[in-house]
Amino acid sequence: MTHKNFDAIVVGAGMSGNAAAYTMARRGLRVLQLERGEYAGSKNVQGAIMYANMLETIIPDFRNDAPLERHLVEQRFWIMDDTSHTGMHYRSDDFNELSPNRYTIIRAQFDKWFSRKVREAGGTILCETTATELARDSGGKVIGVHTDRAGDVIQADVVVLAEGVNGLLGTRAGLRETPKPENVALAVKEMHFLPEEVIAERFGITGDEGCVIEAAGTISRGMPGLGFLYTNRESISLGIGCLVSGLAATMEKPYDLLDGFKRHPSVRPLIAGSEVKEYAAHLIPEGGFKAIPQLFGDGWVVVGDAAQLNNAVHREGSNLAMVSGRMAGESISLIKSRGKPMTKQNLSLYKAMLDKSFVMQDLRKYKDMPSLLHTNSRSFFMTYPQLISHAAKNFLRVDGTPKIEMEKATTAAFIKARSRWGLLSDAVRLAFAWR
Amino acid sequence: MKTAIAERIEDKLYQNRYLVDSGRPHIKVRPHQSPSPSLLALTRVCPANCYELNESGQVEVTPDGCMECGTCRVLCEASGYIEWNYPRGGFGILFKFG
Ligand SMILES: Cc1cc2nc3c(=O)[nH]c(=O)nc-3n(C[C@H](O)[C@H](O)[C@H](O)COP(=O)(O)OP(=O)(O)OC[C@H]3O[C@@H](n4cnc5c(N)ncnc54)[C@H](O)[C@@H]3O)c2cc1C
Ligand code: SF4
Repeated sequence: MTHKNFDAIVVGAGMSGNAAAYTMARRGLRVLQLERGEYAGSKNVQGAIMYANMLETIIPDFRNDAPLERHLVEQRFWIMDDTSHTGMHYRSDDFNELSPNRYTIIRAQFDKWFSRKVREAGGTILCETTATELARDSGGKVIGVHTDRAGDVIQADVVVLAEGVNGLLGTRAGLRETPKPENVALAVKEMHFLPEEVIAERFGITGDEGCVIEAAGTISRGMPGLGFLYTNRESISLGIGCLVSGLAATMEKPYDLLDGFKRHPSVRPLIAGSEVKEYAAHLIPEGGFKAIPQLFGDGWVVVGDAAQLNNAVHREGSNLAMVSGRMAGESISLIKSRGKPMTKQNLSLYKAMLDKSFVMQDLRKYKDMPSLLHTNSRSFFMTYPQLISHAAKNFLRVDGTPKIEMEKATTAAFIKARSRWGLLSDAVRLAFAWR
Repeated sequence: MKTAIAERIEDKLYQNRYLVDSGRPHIKVRPHQSPSPSLLALTRVCPANCYELNESGQVEVTPDGCMECGTCRVLCEASGYIEWNYPRGGFGILFKFG
């Protein structure tokens, strides 16, 4: 590597890093992007639902050539016990619009495409290169990075840390903490391949339409967790995630949970006969607003999952990553165009932009949710799903028992399991956390 | 039962593409007499089953099938029981789909 000076170095070529690098390269900055994988996307895992608006702001005509799987017309939410699910489905033909709002994607392909866009915009991308350490001057200002390639420090005015949830650089430099076990979920995921017609038939969709299922209940064995099943064109992404603290406490094996989910009588017929071509694992930031670290400093900003910008309640992360990456890129470009240095004070512009956006507003809204689900996980992920299933069964079963007795039995079961006070306090706490 | 699960996880990992950096494991376990609870937990929590108890009761790691998720880092790095790094650029797991 030569000693050429860059305006900015972006560490990572995931959603946030690509958004940041593209934004700056488009504005004429000399951008160097480092990615440790063989190609952008080779280390990344997502469900994956991609939200169009956030990408549209960056690349308006992305639909022309981005690798998109299906646009979503139906969302199912299932509450599961061991043998049943009680579901809510939302399906609307309004989602069959000219420019659809949500798509399923395959990250390895999508990230490769996004990375090509960065290159076309003039960014320099160095794959198979792991940044190993931040370089700082005597005053502590970040001035570049060390890599595992031969050569000296690569210097730049500012470093954008887009290194994902398990980023080592920022944590090693003491800019933020390593995520705590109760603030990250481990998700395991498989890719199940099936012919396009079979997927269409099983999910009741045609053409490019897609359907997603999110599932909670006894599948996570009392831990805070969620299962998901997303339709791609010729495959189904299927996975389950649980808090790392929950796994450590219960000593459940992640792949046992995944197998349990796959064997569930509600899921099994949807994937029957499929060919599995990949098994992946990745962390998801779940700490929410309270886990967000310092976002900027002298010569650096942090974006995306590395900054815990992830909305676990709504399963949104990629869009928050894209928005934060774009805003970091825009603020750096603006500071540069004014001829100002990349000091902590000037870079606070990034945080100011983020604070005004939906990113911080949404995360603030749910700030109490993670701790609520964490402390009450058995009720929310074991007891209630079982009770709801019983209630539904009682409601539907016709066996000569008078309806009033069935209703009484249902109410009694809820009170027995959680007590009147427990039910009330759960409801109140949930309402407040949701508010 | 245990072997059935062990076989299954190997089958799962067999689907994946890896470029193993031979002789340069990116995760190491610090020598210990008997494992701490958090170190022991890794033998169950690692999604690639990289951690195992050896015959003399110590936890060992073989990170060839590692998916670089970071779970073991989050649980154990702070205690000093393991040393965690990313593999050298280009090596390790290579997701085809992700
Ligand atoms: C199973 C699962 C399902 C999900 N489902 C959804 C969903 O449906 N919708 C949604 O919006 N979000 C979802 N998310 C969240 C979403 O994937 C993340 O929020 C998003 O990928 C974050 O983007 P990022 O750029 O911050 O990090 P990443 O995409 O993780 O990118 C980080 C990049 O940095 C690179 N890197 C790290 N360290 C270094 C280094 N030292 N040197 C060089 N390169 C480095 C990595 O190789 C990687 O390419 C899901 C996550 C998981 C795990
Ligand atoms: S990083 Fe993940 S897959 Fe790799 S050894 Fe640790 S827990 Fe296992």
